[in-house]
Amino acid sequence: MSVNFQVNGKPAKANAETDTPLLWVLRDELGMTGTKFGCGAALCGACTVHVNGEAVRSCQTPLSAVSGKKVATVEGLSAKNNHPLQVAWIKHDVPQCGYCQSGQLMSAAALLAKNNNPSDADIDNAMSGNICRCGTYPRIRAAIKDAAATMRKA
Amino acid sequence: MTDIQTSRRSFLKTSAAATGGLLMAVNLPGTLGQAMAAGTVSTPNAWVHIADDNTISILVAHSEMGQGVYTSMPMLVAEELNVDLSQIKVVDAPPGAAYVNALLGAQITGGSTSVRAGWEKLRVAGAQVREMLVSAAAAEWNVDRAQVKADKGMLMGPNGKKATYGAMAAAASKLPVPEKPAIKDPKDFRIVGKRTKRLDTPAKTNGTAEFGIDVKLPGMVYATIVQCPVIGGKVKSFESAQAKSMPGVQAVVQVSDGVAVVADSWWRAKKAAEKLTIQWDEGAVASISDASMLEGNRAAAKSGKVIPIIASKGDVANAIKGAAKVLEAEYVSPMQSHSPLEPMNFTAHVQGNKALLIGPTQFQQGAQGAVAGALGLKPEDITLKTTFLGGGFGRRLELDFIVQAAEISKAVGKPVKLLWTREEDMMHDYYRPMGVNHMKAGLDASGMPVGVHFKVTSQSVTQRAFGLPKETLDPFMAEAAVAGYNVPNTQHDLVIHDTGFRVGYWRAVSHSMNAFANESFVDEMAKAAGQDPYAYRMKMLEGKPRYANVLKLAAEKAGWGKPVAAGRARGIALMEGYDSYMAQVAEVSLNKDGSVKVHKVTVAADVGHMVNPDTVEAQLQSSIVFGMGAVLKHQITMNNGRVQETNYNTYEPVRMYEAPQIDIVLVKSTEKPGGIGEPGTAVAAPAIANAVAALTGKRVRRLPLTADAIRQA
Repeated sequence: MSVNFQVNGKPAKANAETDTPLLWVLRDELGMTGTKFGCGAALCGACTVHVNGEAVRSCQTPLSAVSGKKVATVEGLSAKNNHPLQVAWIKHDVPQCGYCQSGQLMSAAALLAKNNNPSDADIDNAMSGNICRCGTYPRIRAAIKDAAATMRKA
Repeated sequence: MTDIQTSRRSFLKTSAAATGGLLMAVNLPGTLGQAMAAGTVSTPNAWVHIADDNTISILVAHSEMGQGVYTSMPMLVAEELNVDLSQIKVVDAPPGAAYVNALLGAQITGGSTSVRAGWEKLRVAGAQVREMLVSAAAAEWNVDRAQVKADKGMLMGPNGKKATYGAMAAAASKLPVPEKPAIKDPKDFRIVGKRTKRLDTPAKTNGTAEFGIDVKLPGMVYATIVQCPVIGGKVKSFESAQAKSMPGVQAVVQVSDGVAVVADSWWRAKKAAEKLTIQWDEGAVASISDASMLEGNRAAAKSGKVIPIIASKGDVANAIKGAAKVLEAEYVSPMQSHSPLEPMNFTAHVQGNKALLIGPTQFQQGAQGAVAGALGLKPEDITLKTTFLGGGFGRRLELDFIVQAAEISKAVGKPVKLLWTREEDMMHDYYRPMGVNHMKAGLDASGMPVGVHFKVTSQSVTQRAFGLPKETLDPFMAEAAVAGYNVPNTQHDLVIHDTGFRVGYWRAVSHSMNAFANESFVDEMAKAAGQDPYAYRMKMLEGKPRYANVLKLAAEKAGWGKPVAAGRARGIALMEGYDSYMAQVAEVSLNKDGSVKVHKVTVAADVGHMVNPDTVEAQLQSSIVFGMGAVLKHQITMNNGRVQETNYNTYEPVRMYEAPQIDIVLVKSTEKPGGIGEPGTAVAAPAIANAVAALTGKRVRRLPLTADAIRQA
């Protein structure tokens, strides 16, 4: 039985068992490897994507839960790196190893979609589910504020 | 101190020669050429490939694991090649003799050595190619070499003569490589030393950067592995019928370290692996716990063979005997896991007597050699491609997961991507060994030390990893043991205690435990002397300008001596490591639950010449946050040989809400470059511990510095 949904605005169909986590459907069946596997237990946030605009951990989201819904991944932010968050990430040279950054960007994008002027506490709340083992947090914080300012001007 | 550094650097070379362990891998024929496009590329030397369409590739022998080498290494070559970074492509170097890290004696990314090893070598490499291009153009145009200039990928001669580097590359490659080309005076640098945007950032913000986990080969299948919960345990027998009946499962394979399940997707492999029933022969490690490890270390500290780290100065025993006050303390650093965010993985395709390996490794030649040994192949028949590493921190110096991938591929005859679960990763690490440091000092009537005795007891990673003979000095246990302070009588000893458990090199290696002990103890001495910890340190730094300078800069920037917000206190610490000098001031308070909140860390660093100052800052931020986790939160514990921490809930790295403000002061310096990936991790521990002691009056000598540890201190 296949499940139909949208990924980054385009129709998608998956044939995996419906209890398969969305993460593995994206990576192994649809070939979209920007979304990463870190812990398999919703502890690290590396697999963060949006489902109907909400940031979710795709390692804990079964395929059945996204039937008919809109999924957005890092590939959908902008392939050309022109989303305000990507621009800010590049300006601040945020990534080090880079492995967590897809998840960081998606958590930040969900935050800014609702709040384009986040306080430090707002950033702490939205971003503390995303582990960066390289410790890029100071730059993530600065880049989010920078992107928020850009979005407020837009 | 210099003696120790020298021995650390030359160590692996010597060890490899002595044991033969690395020689096979080191003397491989270069496999240069696999990174080149067919037919159109010229290779003046091992570091620069130039295509006739003027595409210039710079090869990087180090693995990019976040520390910025895919930018800093090309900067060094480009500086002398006279090209802009926008004109070059970065290519990962294959295993090869030309790419051996001279500071470590093998093609290894570790020990904060990349810039130090490449500083001169890569500038010379760029200059060689520039001179060869100039010579080729001069010959072609029949003019004097002095009349030809090379800049931004173009060669320019008299009378408007012009050619691209690409047009002259083939001719240049036929010329002898000049051994000692002229290189620039650093004051003429146009690229090196300038803040430079990382070349790998754009690929890391749109999901296109390829990590090991993202590798895909035609016909590839997916595997996961179940290893014995007691590291080193072996499969006795296993039942796989249920696993094999699961959807998509293609094979269940026993490999050296456990049982692997192969399926048409990773999730299916993982689900099937849960259905395996495995009987284990747990082996000797099953009797170990972290409590028994600590007892073993303490016993060894009393009765084990004492190995001098450096010649004693004066007579410590006598000096302490005659001192006005005697202080003694024991410091304990627990085991730590690397836990990079990308779990261990590798992709292998073994076909007959050839193998293709693709993935994240810090040790290219080791990977080639280990797989060759395990599968009975010749190293030169193994092709290895390095992807981006989703963190390394020392874990990817190890080769276990690479051999496993190759074994599985050989068994199923297909390309296989092996990926561990996080639980497998955390429970099967090569952990930072436990360290027990004993410090003893005698203070004179003015409170200053007349004698200091340092002793570290820990396990030798180098014995396991590189066959260091027993009861000989492991320089990777002695780092930062000798502090910079002027003390008339000193003795530095080391005792190696083999716990029987598997240990590895962890970010900053022994700097962590040794700096924690040394710099906590200096604060304890200052307290006993009734003196300010900063002023006390300064008194002992006469004739040590680089130490004194960073200490002063950090203190000034942090407002040392000025009032601090209510409920907060500051702590200071100082260290030299990897040829870099660093001081940190941590400002802390206690949360309501009694845990430590680090508000701000001020760091002053003199790292000598910098290649990319922005990367130096990024590495300082990174190493401090990384160190903070180990200081405040996490440790690896064991019971019946089983690691108890299994995921990021029980071994929880620092999160955004805990990350402090980090203020950085960089010293402008023309000293030789120092390493910067690691020292900050080591200095964070004593800076924070000293701040907590200043705040609470309680000295925690056993990490991690949790709310409970403070209550019990």
